[in-house]
Amino acid sequence: MSGLRWVVGFARGRRLRLAASVALGVATAACAIGLTGTSAWLIVRASEMPPVLHLMVAIVAVRAFGIGRGVLRYLERLAGHDTAFRILGDLRAATVARLERLLPGGLPWATSGELLARFVGDVDGLIDLWVRVALPYAVAVVAGAASVALVGALVPGAGVALAVSVVVAAAVAPWLSSLVGRRSERAVQPLRGRYQAAVVDLLDGADELAVYDALDRRLAALDELDRDLARAEARASVAAGLGSAVAALAAGAAVWVALSLGSDAVAAGTLRGVALGVVVLVPIAVHEVVEGLAPAAGALPRLVSAAERVGEVLDQPDPVAEPDRPAPLPAGPYGLEVRGLRARWRPEGPDVLRGVDLRVDPGELVVVVGPSGSGKSTLAAVLLRFLDPTGGTVELVGRDRRVPLTGLAGDDVRSVVGWLAQDAHLFDSTIAANLRLARPDATDEELAAAVERAGLAPWVASLPDGLDTFVGEHGAAVSGGQRQRIALARVLLADRPVVVLDEPTEHLDDGTAAPLLADLLAATRDRTTILITHRPELVPGSPRTVVLDGGRLTEPAPR
Amino acid sequence: MKPLDPRLLRHARATAAHLAVVVALGVATAGLVIAQAGLLARGIAGVVEAGGPTAELGRVLGWLALVVAARAAVAWAEEAAAHRASARVKSQLRHRLVARAAELVPRGAGGPGRAEVATLASRGLDALDGWFSRYLPQLVLAVVVPVAVLGRLLAADLTATVTVAATLPLIPVFMVLVGLATEAANRRRWRALARLSHHFLDVVTGLPTLKAFGRATAQADAIRRSTDRYRRTTMGTLRIAFLSSLVLELLATLSVALVAVGVGLRLVEGRLDLETGLLVIVLAPEAYLPLRRVGAAHHASAEGLAAAEAAFAVLERPVPERRGQAPPPSLRAGAEIWVEDVRVTHPGRPAPAPDGVSFRVRAGEVVVLTGPSGSGKSTLLRVLLGLTAPDGGRVLLSSAEGTVDLAEVDGAAWRRTIGWVDQSPYLFPGTVADNVRLSDPAAPPGRVAAALRAAGFDPDRAGQPVGEAGAGLSAGERRRVALARALLRRPSLLLLDEPTAGLDEATEADVLAAVRAAAEHAAVVMVSHRPAAIAAADRVVEVPLAAAEVAA
Repeated sequence: MSGLRWVVGFARGRRLRLAASVALGVATAACAIGLTGTSAWLIVRASEMPPVLHLMVAIVAVRAFGIGRGVLRYLERLAGHDTAFRILGDLRAATVARLERLLPGGLPWATSGELLARFVGDVDGLIDLWVRVALPYAVAVVAGAASVALVGALVPGAGVALAVSVVVAAAVAPWLSSLVGRRSERAVQPLRGRYQAAVVDLLDGADELAVYDALDRRLAALDELDRDLARAEARASVAAGLGSAVAALAAGAAVWVALSLGSDAVAAGTLRGVALGVVVLVPIAVHEVVEGLAPAAGALPRLVSAAERVGEVLDQPDPVAEPDRPAPLPAGPYGLEVRGLRARWRPEGPDVLRGVDLRVDPGELVVVVGPSGSGKSTLAAVLLRFLDPTGGTVELVGRDRRVPLTGLAGDDVRSVVGWLAQDAHLFDSTIAANLRLARPDATDEELAAAVERAGLAPWVASLPDGLDTFVGEHGAAVSGGQRQRIALARVLLADRPVVVLDEPTEHLDDGTAAPLLADLLAATRDRTTILITHRPELVPGSPRTVVLDGGRLTEPAPR
Repeated sequence: MKPLDPRLLRHARATAAHLAVVVALGVATAGLVIAQAGLLARGIAGVVEAGGPTAELGRVLGWLALVVAARAAVAWAEEAAAHRASARVKSQLRHRLVARAAELVPRGAGGPGRAEVATLASRGLDALDGWFSRYLPQLVLAVVVPVAVLGRLLAADLTATVTVAATLPLIPVFMVLVGLATEAANRRRWRALARLSHHFLDVVTGLPTLKAFGRATAQADAIRRSTDRYRRTTMGTLRIAFLSSLVLELLATLSVALVAVGVGLRLVEGRLDLETGLLVIVLAPEAYLPLRRVGAAHHASAEGLAAAEAAFAVLERPVPERRGQAPPPSLRAGAEIWVEDVRVTHPGRPAPAPDGVSFRVRAGEVVVLTGPSGSGKSTLLRVLLGLTAPDGGRVLLSSAEGTVDLAEVDGAAWRRTIGWVDQSPYLFPGTVADNVRLSDPAAPPGRVAAALRAAGFDPDRAGQPVGEAGAGLSAGERRRVALARALLRRPSLLLLDEPTAGLDEATEADVLAAVRAAAEHAAVVMVSHRPAAIAAADRVVEVPLAAAEVAA
């Protein structure tokens, strides 16, 4: 339940606003219930034909409740949404603050855009926990309790019946609904999974089916699965209405008991006839308020598991332990010395790097090659201090002294070591904004120089908006090669003395990759450069090359 | 927004039958609501007037228990029927959806992707459950109940009836008016919210990059500020958007209050009896309740209709195939295929690929297409299959009976004469033999084994199971099984896309020998770069990149 606690913790900061929203909601409900109650009293009292003056208070109250309900509901909705947005802001800020520590080393899965989008969706969806669940329930509890007290004071038995019926309608019926829903989901889920797999299969093979005239046969087979699925769904439908039926029964029973016991109370003289209408009709109004909880209860399991997922992610341990007193950076130029390095992504997982030794002298280019899964990206993450080693050391070798990376602040390490990722992220903004990220104070001339050295100048010159061209979501509006070149220009602008190039041409075809790689190495010639790639044949010249395989560096590859 | 999409009735006939059930249940609900109000009024009035339980009260309580049970039963039946109907409608939509998508996909007709269709067909349409179980019944009740209640009120008290009848129609009118006024604001709000979510995701995705440049720590505050900006502008629009519900609530509750006060005053004057008065104040709110609930079910409606909309978008997309009528001429009888200056443009790509390619092929010949990747060789095979229509040029089939454009030929009949092996051929779960038999389900085991042998695949492995997407076989084995599938149908045109990629030299020689053997009765067009394949060709056709593509 840690996730839920984490999420609920945010409500504490907005206690007063939440309380105000609940108060407005309770007042709204009180108006609805009060309208019914005072009307009932007014009618019965009026039938006794008293002087009209004796009815004035009730008449004014009926009108006031009639107006108040609409106005208060309006205010309640505004207050509820305002509070929810404030909490959402808190939640997002806290999520980013936490992810800033975790990413990328602590959450290896987060390289998948789809999973990350789902996580972000989970965070944003949590706003419903307040708007759609917490507020309506709080209102129902307070308004329900007050009504029970009122009816109970007049006819104790009817009060008890109302209390029981409200609990049944607000808690038991939704619970029954979700129980039934889960059961039918369990029955339907495997069939739906098989159906979906069959559809994917059919569509993936649609070309073959069209050529071999086999589509109708396959569709007929799919229809068999469809029939099973539809039959299971229809079977589940029998139980679907149970929750609503139970809620309706509870509401009706409360009214029935109120009329039955109320009549006895009138006969016994413990209840004045004029209050009988109140005792009988108020339960109807209360159940109308409670009825609004069904969607809230329906949404609860989904929201709780979203909160759990969010909490689980944010509870991950830090992948990097920042030193209490970070050592100052040595003076450049810089080299790197890796000795017996072991590292892993998941604390409980196996080491991906299992004893790596590597020395990179200042200004030297070293090419690290190896098949995918050999630990190349792990090495990059350690060099950038995104990930702490589980064994061995990595030292930053300066002119005056050498310091282990673990003794330096992460931001200090990254102010020396630059990074070009295999799928560098471009923000949904302009080329210039993406470049300035590296150095907000860069002059236009410096931007132009970086663009030139990244080989982007002719392309940028051909754009009508030049550097102010928008790159689209994840840089979707520009080609893969241009995306990497923009990222390269950004790295050049940041001007780090050490550069880690992690599969910079991974997603590009050969015709684009080879010239890009050549430009890249030319642009970083005077820096200490570690180029990680699994396609060494594209690397121009014959730089020093080491092979990473199975988490170990082996002898230099013969060139 | 339309309350009921007529296309739902057209595409899923089960909807119409269900509509009748819903109306019947709505009428039952209205009757029960009125009966309950009458019983309560009689019960309370009787007790108040007599000062305690009367003999009649027992009967009233008995009937009331029945009405309560019946209302619960109707509530159950409504949802059960809704889910049952939803299951049937989803099944009908699913079937049409997949059938249409399976026709669209091979013809490259765009539209939603395969995964999207699969998700829509299996889970996406579930959003219709809410439309059927929550929205549709409320919509029907919103029509049936007010009419029934007004009818009952009319028999009891004219003044109250007039009050309710005068305000009731204002609610839908105001709903529409306020809805129209706030729609633009609502859309802006959704766009702003979507932009904000997008910005949040963009920042989170880019955090490692920001961190690498030492610019990550400021992001939490930036996100908080942008969310707060959004909150302020949104609350401005919400203040107007929520006015709609303010008006609705005010109309409903205020007119109930007015009715109650009016009834009270007439009771004091003795112009009304208590039972009628009670009946009126119990019934009056019931007239407004379904209308207010329709608004609450709006969300379920929008989600369901969006899912249906996504399905209709696929169903209404035309299959881009000219339905030719001409029977295809037989290549075995000496016909020749003339590919003349064929050009195909692709959405999102500046230059056509292929960009004007011509060649000829006849039975007994092997033509090999070579050229750089992206020059459109695979597309040429699709043009020959009749699945892709060329944007320029044509394919002619020339025989003794004359010459006919492929566009005029019945595509399905034409494809029945073709064997095709894709670059990465798709194998279905089942056995190797099942996959070979796809092209001829009636083929005896002997012919399957022969086809496998001819394709260089060990026929003893015909019973070997194949997993999803060909799992369990290597890429080369998959190609050979697909080749066997193509050979089994004894094609008169064999289209092969890189059939020997990933094969060792000995196997490649076997496969090429099988292709040569097949070419004795068939025309073969083969995409390949391999020297051995080129050596086996009668002619080699170079497919160049379009000029514009080279410059880019």
